[in-house]
Amino acid sequence: MRLKDFPEEELFLKGSAACAGCPGSMALRVAFKALGRNTLLVVIASCTSVLQSPFPYSALGVPVLNMAFATGGATGSGVAAAVEHLLKKGILRERPNVLVWAGDGGTYDIGIQALSGAAERGEDFIYVCYNNEAYSNTGTQRSGATPYAAWTSNTISGKREWRKDVAQIMVAHDLPYVATASLAYPTDFFNKMRKAASIRGTKYIEMLAPCPPGWKFPSDSTVRVSRLAVQTGVWLLYEHENGRTAYTAGTKRIIEGQSELLPVSEYLKAQGRFRHLFRGGEEDERVRDYQKRIDEVFDNLRFASRLRERLMDLEIRG
Amino acid sequence: MAKKERKHKAPERAAEPGVITTLSVPVVGSVGKTGSWRVFKPVKDEARCNNCLLCWIYCPEACISKDIRIDYDYCKGCGICAVECPRRAIVMVKEEKGGKSSR
Repeated sequence: MRLKDFPEEELFLKGSAACAGCPGSMALRVAFKALGRNTLLVVIASCTSVLQSPFPYSALGVPVLNMAFATGGATGSGVAAAVEHLLKKGILRERPNVLVWAGDGGTYDIGIQALSGAAERGEDFIYVCYNNEAYSNTGTQRSGATPYAAWTSNTISGKREWRKDVAQIMVAHDLPYVATASLAYPTDFFNKMRKAASIRGTKYIEMLAPCPPGWKFPSDSTVRVSRLAVQTGVWLLYEHENGRTAYTAGTKRIIEGQSELLPVSEYLKAQGRFRHLFRGGEEDERVRDYQKRIDEVFDNLRFASRLRERLMDLEIRG
Repeated sequence: MAKKERKHKAPERAAEPGVITTLSVPVVGSVGKTGSWRVFKPVKDEARCNNCLLCWIYCPEACISKDIRIDYDYCKGCGICAVECPRRAIVMVKEEKGGKSSR
């Protein structure tokens, strides 16, 4: 799908309460364009609960159910069951898309058991985690998604642990569709949402959402930082279905050698939350830790990609 | 003392007489004209624009229409369109003081 074929209809209404340059509203816009009007949205406590604006108005043009922090998977299951019942009774004629929209706090830390339970039962909904790597709504506290060495209001000299990877945890649940997305590649995200909507069962999509006030960069750089995350290899874009992982968009181009892997310091320097790594014009050793880890990941990915090409070649010849 | 006019009237659909409801109604401008948040405003150069639609899809506030017209009533002036435009057809200009931006 090309950009000019995207539907023009706006279901995210302008004049919302979101910050200037908000990645959450940008992601919601593209998601609504992909899923269309026939969507039921479940919002888990996050910035999206706030950016909808105060009662009695709403900035979201679809039915919304606001729910408590830990209930992403459970509410999604309930709504999916209600949809199933209404379809059976003939009250609903068309199957709506059930979309659960949660932040990284509601997915990585507080909501993971409900999500894991729903995924194990195979409930029919799309779960989107827009991951801004901290509890930005309440003042940027550390979460399970906060990356190594990043400043948050309770890791002042940088987080000491590496982040966990919930997308891979969801892959381990053997879901029909798991994908990661980036704001800088809207067509990639759009296609992944469309594909998720066409599959029955639990679908998990995770989106990196650089938050200007939380990550401390100017509001005009949301998309630039998203793109840098992919180009430096900090964020991998892939989709996993039928037991196979296929890399997409920017990550695929790096693995196949069509574009270069940028040094990770470019991504870190663009954000104020990593400023303590570059004090006095010198790079902290933690930057080297980062680069080493990313290089290892990409060495493995390139090797696997070459290996697959060779094997396919042999198969064709044999 | 004159009764103050209520800023937000309950929408008709949400308030039937005697019924308290928690349903919100989707409207454009749910927190008012957010254009007043702006410090810099995006200005488009018609001659340079080639309708690549990148600013349209990247605008977080849905303030740029598909025919690339900017809605200054609601644009918050984040500047993403100016940074992402590959032909530099959008530039950010400082908002004038005491103009439309001050309520």
